[in-house]
Amino acid sequence: MEIEKKGFKFAETHEWINVSGNIGRVGLSEYAVKELNEVVFIELPEVGAQVNQGKPFGTVESVKAVFDLNSPATGKVVTVNQLIKDSPEKVISNPYKEGWMVEIELSDISELNSLMDYKEYNGIHT
Amino acid sequence: MTMRTLLYDWHVANKARMVEFGGWKMPIYYTTVSDEHNCVRKDVGLFDLCHMGQIRVSGDNALEFLQQVTTNNISKIAPGQVQYSLVCNDSGGVIDDVLVYRKSDSYLVIVNASNTQTDFEWFNAHKMHDVEISNVSNDILMLAVQGPNAEKCLQKIANIDLKEIGYYYFKMGEINGTKSLISRTGYTGEDGFEIYAECDTKIWEAILDAGREYAIKPIGLGARDTLRLEAAMSLYGHELDTDINPLEAGLGRFVDLDKKEFIGKDAIERIKDKGIREKLAAFRMLDRGIPRHGYQIVKNGKIVGEVTSGAMSPTLKEPIGLGYVEKEYANLNTKIDIVVRDKNYRAVIVKKPFYKRKGQQWK
Repeated sequence: MEIEKKGFKFAETHEWINVSGNIGRVGLSEYAVKELNEVVFIELPEVGAQVNQGKPFGTVESVKAVFDLNSPATGKVVTVNQLIKDSPEKVISNPYKEGWMVEIELSDISELNSLMDYKEYNGIHT
Repeated sequence: MTMRTLLYDWHVANKARMVEFGGWKMPIYYTTVSDEHNCVRKDVGLFDLCHMGQIRVSGDNALEFLQQVTTNNISKIAPGQVQYSLVCNDSGGVIDDVLVYRKSDSYLVIVNASNTQTDFEWFNAHKMHDVEISNVSNDILMLAVQGPNAEKCLQKIANIDLKEIGYYYFKMGEINGTKSLISRTGYTGEDGFEIYAECDTKIWEAILDAGREYAIKPIGLGARDTLRLEAAMSLYGHELDTDINPLEAGLGRFVDLDKKEFIGKDAIERIKDKGIREKLAAFRMLDRGIPRHGYQIVKNGKIVGEVTSGAMSPTLKEPIGLGYVEKEYANLNTKIDIVVRDKNYRAVIVKKPFYKRKGQQWK
């Protein structure tokens, strides 16, 4: 797991971002999905939507509660994972792969410096 | 202070997620809410309800006293029967919703965990001579076994014939050798029993053992909430509160206005004459969005109500909710909108309950 998550950056609010080029793929950490227990509904932005670092871009809902998803970076949504809109349980079963949420075209890659790496994040949430 | 039930250590050892509810640390789920919900609908589930309160009322004036502090008419039930009732204040607001068990020599009133102290004080404030009121919550281990296989499971370790216990009746017996009061009651919309046993935690494991062949599971409060919501049963603090009266809540059939007098009677009669302004309605979503407690209900851009409970229904696999809606918009098939994070989602008023088991009798 440690090596696999090498390129991943984590926000305090449990979202991860994995950047290649200027595109960042965003999802929820394994710790967060365990806390959620199950996901029955996900609301995600449309392609083209502007998202801002630290600001809500969508929501996940368990049977009992609603949680905001905060964007780990600023930019424009270029892809939305249709798979999880139809099968939200994928977010729980595979949060780092199939369970990703959106891809963002980043406006400022230096923003990512404010995020934690996997080791640091994992140190807080184990 | 957060209290722990006698089964706290078992819950923790069995990986329950514990949350605070009504002053108690309770399991919200062991696996997932949906999984546990479906287990009760299809097989059988076991609930720790030790957080709920039990108040014993006895003495020569016990009946007269309970007639005063509850809205339903206890003289209509015989010893061995259970009655759903409400405790109201002078203005007709609901202080609590309760079950009254009529025993041959006394009464047992089952109250909500968070209201136990309030009810006990309220009862004492209205006490008459020759009435004994005692909070016996700590002497009773309360469990529920609910689901289509509840009877078969429990019968294996019960020393009385459970078939003889009708809906809203109870009998004294032994479960796994532990003295218990067993009633055919519940809060899930399924057949099943509530058990008030002597404080011996072995009964919990014994029921799980007996239920193994029926795929029994321990059930947390999360599924307890979605099960009661599908059955459209009220939850205190959501559908019921001191600023809500029984008529608005759709519980008029549990208020006997023919009874000579009881606390709240005058106020409820006045409300009845004047007509209610809002009504508890059930709705299902037409758009993809989940209603939650506190969300606004709007019609043609005007706020006409508020959601009291909502969830993705595990049985119907669609979002459902309950809420108070201005009477003129509370009719069946009326289209309303629920405001979910500043956006309007369409919903429609439907008949209660959302879920009814086959062959179910309603009181």
